[in-house]
Amino acid sequence: MGMRKVAVIGAGMTKFVRRALETPKELSWEAAKMALDSCELTMDDVDGVCFGTAPDAFDGVHMNGEYCSDGAGAWNKPFMRSFVGGGTGVFVPIQGWYHVASGLFDVVLVVAEEKMSSYYPHAQAAFLTIFDHTTERPLKPNLLWIFALEMNRYMTTYGIPKEDIARVSVQHKRNAANHPCALLGEPNITVEDVLNSEVLAWPVQRFDVSPVSDGAVALVLAAEHVAKRLTDKPVWIEGVGWHLDTAYWTNRDLAYPRYVEYAARMAYEMAGIKEPRKEIHIAEPYDPFDYKVLHHLEGLQLAERGKAVELYLSGAAAPDGDLPICPSGGLLGVGNPIAAAGLMKVAELFWQLRGEAGARQVPGQPKRGLAQAWGDLMQVGTVVVMGR
Amino acid sequence: MNKEVAIVGVGWSGFRPSTSEVSYKELMYEAAVRAYADAGVDPRRDIESFVTVAEDFIEGTSIFDEYVPDQLGAALKSVQTITGDGLHGLATGYMLIRTGMFDLVAIEGHSKASNIQTLDSIVGYAQDPVLNRPLRLNTHFVAGLEMQRYLYDSGATIEHCAAVVVKNRRNALKNPLASYPANLTPEDVMHGPPLAWPLGRLETATPVDGSVVMVLASGKKAAELTDKPIWILGTGWCNGPASLESREWGTLPYVGKAAQMAYRQAGIGDPWNEVDFAEIDDTYAYRELQSLEALGMCSFGEAGELLMQGVFDANGEFPVNVSGGSLGVGHLLEGTGLHRALEAVLQLRGEAGAHQIEGAQIGLAQSWRGVPTTSAAVAIFGN
Repeated sequence: MGMRKVAVIGAGMTKFVRRALETPKELSWEAAKMALDSCELTMDDVDGVCFGTAPDAFDGVHMNGEYCSDGAGAWNKPFMRSFVGGGTGVFVPIQGWYHVASGLFDVVLVVAEEKMSSYYPHAQAAFLTIFDHTTERPLKPNLLWIFALEMNRYMTTYGIPKEDIARVSVQHKRNAANHPCALLGEPNITVEDVLNSEVLAWPVQRFDVSPVSDGAVALVLAAEHVAKRLTDKPVWIEGVGWHLDTAYWTNRDLAYPRYVEYAARMAYEMAGIKEPRKEIHIAEPYDPFDYKVLHHLEGLQLAERGKAVELYLSGAAAPDGDLPICPSGGLLGVGNPIAAAGLMKVAELFWQLRGEAGARQVPGQPKRGLAQAWGDLMQVGTVVVMGR
Repeated sequence: MNKEVAIVGVGWSGFRPSTSEVSYKELMYEAAVRAYADAGVDPRRDIESFVTVAEDFIEGTSIFDEYVPDQLGAALKSVQTITGDGLHGLATGYMLIRTGMFDLVAIEGHSKASNIQTLDSIVGYAQDPVLNRPLRLNTHFVAGLEMQRYLYDSGATIEHCAAVVVKNRRNALKNPLASYPANLTPEDVMHGPPLAWPLGRLETATPVDGSVVMVLASGKKAAELTDKPIWILGTGWCNGPASLESREWGTLPYVGKAAQMAYRQAGIGDPWNEVDFAEIDDTYAYRELQSLEALGMCSFGEAGELLMQGVFDANGEFPVNVSGGSLGVGHLLEGTGLHRALEAVLQLRGEAGAHQIEGAQIGLAQSWRGVPTTSAAVAIFGN
């Protein structure tokens, strides 16, 4: 197709914490500066900025993108903020990709920031306003209930026991123990710990869920001719995909995320991937809840329907397995500052594919990785495939 | 890569102060159906990607993008929302097609302002929560300050600003989409109710309801679909300093940067002579003068005098806001940039009816995201 190649050449990330003292602008700049420093660039080298943050309700700031713009580096520069709910974190690098692939930009800074702690006492209440104002909000739904419905549906459809699903949480929290930015790394956590944690909305228990967090992540994207000049180890964006399903989530098959499948197929087609299970070496599927990983692995065609949990039971999903899943520790372990958490997954692929992931580095020099996020009313899938 | 991108279909609905008979979804649906019919495409079969512009607080829904796909025919398709002006959305569609991955993209922008009871106080939440919001000032005070500084620096006068209102609302008399056409005198404007001195209420655009949808196509696809494509020749956008304390108040350097980006793509070196007409920001009357100067149409402090000479009139040398602008048509909130782009498309197709500019070949649209932002976008179109 003669498409312009786009590389990731730098990445930076703040610690993910429960209550950051920094303002959203400061968090954004901290990550942006780290990403720029990592590839020895300054803001003068950046042509434009793409920014992601989830609902304005968290910060109580209207046009939150405009408010954060200078913190994200957009001072007298083209700036755009995209949003697809929880899928935003993996969408912002897609937005950066099309900025560069369009030929209008050579170097783009991609920043995702989330500060959920501003919403007091708990960000969960902000989610009431994501529901339909007429048909759903009067019921005062809580996000946990909705996911409890979906988790129950998934378990029931395929007959998967809770103790198997808990393996996901255990694996990710253990992986996160090696991540210097992680909020909930637990090297010794066990399945019993998960099963004995507080019940929030059956079958969802506290350790099935990722924590509310604050944090920011940034990437530097560059066109091929710039990337080759600046680094010996560019990581190419080989495929991108995103799909948004109907807003009427109550009509949806809750056992299978078709929107994730469509997004994945779009990315695979662009990347020329025919057999994802063989051609993807490392995966960072979205894991705000442990069952969601299984759901998403099936949508991504990395496991057959109802069979994703076997990757965990067989050890294939472990960092030294044949398909390491969320070696970063994922949202369950590193934390879930929504938009930033998605971009953290893409940053993790960047570090893993360059062999720079430190104690988390998976063996076998992976060549190709996939990151995916999901969000809105169980509605959107965003997928990025990267390779070296 | 697709180098060429054209607008092959436009549709709109609303353009009235209140549309109580329809929901925002129905408003969007009406505009979308018209745009798809205009382009001769089926959204389910043909359109590959969709872009909406919206802001959560204005919609009254968090992560509003959830509620976009169904009424656009976009469910289970590639859809994204940009928190920007309609022209940011248009630029997004332009980029998507240029990548070579898409041939047909739909862009939507809308306003259901009549659902909002307290627009000014919602916009007040855009002020810096630490430094500015505790002052509890009405959001228009930023515009009042900016107008005062502009008048002081440029030598433009209150009469010049009033003349912008008179011109735009008179232009609106010939535009059936306009909600606020009027024959006013400069005295009517200057003696109207004050808003944030020296800014008057009549110098401020009033929100209206409406939706605009556009179908964008690659050059190859456009040739299959239409014999009068309107080409997007360039797009540009820019943010200046976000905080009130660190910005330039008399001039609009971010509008200038956005314009330079668009001119560079369009190969325009002398906008005054190469562009035939412009639909630009007149959210507040003084902004039209400030924007003309930032766009490089004249030098700083010159726009007011040129306006008084009739240069920017509908039949003048360089028609500006011949549609009536936001002062005459009403302000479509995030959808405003697409209203300006719609006017440019209709003019370049020769379909503008009573307010048609004869022989127009190149048009420019420019938007600003309103107080307290320094976010602007520009697009240039040709037939």
